[in-house]
Amino acid sequence: MPVYLAPWRASPCAFQSSRSESMPNLASDGVVCAPLQTFTEEETMLKNMVTKFAQERVAPLVQKMDENSKMEDSVIQGLFEQGLMSIELGEEYGGTGASFFSIILVVEELAKVDPAVSLLCELQNTLTNKLFTTYGTEEQKRTYLPRVAKDTIGSFCLSEAGSGSDAFALKTRAEKRGDYYVINGSKMWISLAEHAGVFFVMANTDPSLGYRGITCFIVDRDTEGLHVGKKEDKLGIRASSTCPVTFENVKVPETNILGQVGQGYKYAIGMLNTGRIGIAAQMLGLAQGCFDHTIPYTKERVQFGKSIFDFQGMQHQIAQVATQLEAARLLTYNAARLAETGRPFIKEASMAKYYAAEVATLTTSKCIEWMGGVGFTKNYPIEKYYRDCKIGTIYEGTSNIQLSTIAKSLAKEY
Amino acid sequence: MAPLKVRGVKRVIDFAVKVRVAPGGRGVQEQGVKHSMNPFCEIALEEAVRLREKGDAAEVIAVSVGTRQSQETLRTALAVGADRAVLVEVPEGGGAAPGPREVAAALRKVVERERPHVVLLGKQAIDDDCNQTGQILAALLGWPQATCISHLSLDPSAHSALLHREVDGGWERLRLRLPALLTADLRLNQPRYATLPNIMKAKKKPLELLPLAELLGTPPPPPRLRVLSLEEPPGRQGGQRVENVAALLERLAAAGRI
Repeated sequence: MPVYLAPWRASPCAFQSSRSESMPNLASDGVVCAPLQTFTEEETMLKNMVTKFAQERVAPLVQKMDENSKMEDSVIQGLFEQGLMSIELGEEYGGTGASFFSIILVVEELAKVDPAVSLLCELQNTLTNKLFTTYGTEEQKRTYLPRVAKDTIGSFCLSEAGSGSDAFALKTRAEKRGDYYVINGSKMWISLAEHAGVFFVMANTDPSLGYRGITCFIVDRDTEGLHVGKKEDKLGIRASSTCPVTFENVKVPETNILGQVGQGYKYAIGMLNTGRIGIAAQMLGLAQGCFDHTIPYTKERVQFGKSIFDFQGMQHQIAQVATQLEAARLLTYNAARLAETGRPFIKEASMAKYYAAEVATLTTSKCIEWMGGVGFTKNYPIEKYYRDCKIGTIYEGTSNIQLSTIAKSLAKEY
Repeated sequence: MAPLKVRGVKRVIDFAVKVRVAPGGRGVQEQGVKHSMNPFCEIALEEAVRLREKGDAAEVIAVSVGTRQSQETLRTALAVGADRAVLVEVPEGGGAAPGPREVAAALRKVVERERPHVVLLGKQAIDDDCNQTGQILAALLGWPQATCISHLSLDPSAHSALLHREVDGGWERLRLRLPALLTADLRLNQPRYATLPNIMKAKKKPLELLPLAELLGTPPPPPRLRVLSLEEPPGRQGGQRVENVAALLERLAAAGRI
């Protein structure tokens, strides 16, 4: 085999998700060279189903949810009913047992219609479910997984007013009292807090140990002392609630510690690595959805006797944006497949998230320009995509943090 | 004994795709274009699954006549709720796709093999809009038929089906003796989405491939229809505004339209 193809040699398990009989097998020595946009049959059916669902059940409500800054109950219920909130969970917990890549496809399809709805699905699948299945005890899994598969939304509480990127500088305290802990502190910028039924709270059990005291607690919403504050009035993804959450002498039994004491920081980093791919998928879908709304308009709109799409200047801009969209897609899909097959993916995940967020910003900005005055008004969906995209460079690790992560990985390679 | 149902499904170009005439002018561009289940077939499938859920039917079998790619449509049918699927496989690139007569002949063989009590089809396919396959099949089988139904209820003990048809003058109510052939119209029901758990289960349900020649026992007859040419409709001309109704009538008369 030629030397330049050597990096493509993959172990037989690569490029195969849990069910992939329909993948082409091109070489007898187990090398599979399918294009990144090859899906298993189930993944394709799933993608088609979500596209339909998003168009029929979500699209009509998008403007209303954005204006009122509130997710409709029918949308949340619909997501649960279709099995979209428990994609990777095992069947024994009420989930579906589909591949990790399926989550990425679902998040992308939903984001084409409403990035806020997509975020709900993304956080539940890549954060809440993953935390339980990776670090939960059998007891915790049996208690919570059927609930999160059926109707309970999970919410991850890490950031505080004084600690965002510097997450481990968090101040929320958890004091041990016999067989339970008492949590005091306040969290900020907590996504989905308005509707969440269970919270993952990162609190420090021993500040003298620095970040090695950070522990992850599972706290039910109706626990006394837990208070969800008024949601933020945001620029974008307004349908997704972002609230401060305060803890006043909240008692949590020892058995509700996720994993081990003092290991919370590791869990946070670990989960955010896969979460990054999910956000990349969200930004990708956002950009693609915006693009898909714009191009038909450019072909219809006639100025100076021809459609604006036919002007070479426009064509070049459109082609550039389309190329970057494709690049973002391939980065995201590749990172997802790497994660799925258990290969190292931290650098690729950071690259995907960083790039997809940047591409989303560029694409939506250009799309407004191409739509002209119409793009600037709220009658058309374009301006919403433009507002929604900005959060991509900020949450789940700012773009600067992503770049530092990539550089760190690179430093190790040379 | 609860009846068996056979459901016909067809793989067509997705309704949302902008169709273009293929070079050569004999057909439309199909390569690389998104295909999905015919919307009327989806409605018929939904009705069949509902009847099985109600207990009026024992088994739902989805059948398609087409190239191997129709497997994806049948998998979707399985994901929505069919119990089994049969693909009568037509070789690819064999010229024109089978027309209603050929499809009905193939479906008749499947019906004779499976012995269902009800056959449900979509009233027409959105690619050729023939609205013939169901009717021809009923005639070949010698069964009672009701087309364009908008409401259905089965009475298994009485071996009959009570249904509504939408006709020009209003609704027609019919009672048919089973076995019967029915074709579904738009307002029969609202099809469900295949939920993710069902999509995963669909892989385990049986999908049988049956080459057309083998099913018929003889080489399939050549298609009876040949498309001579296909053109796009003329581009939309700009309209004209008039001041009032009188001016409108004057213009129409001047143009010889009234």
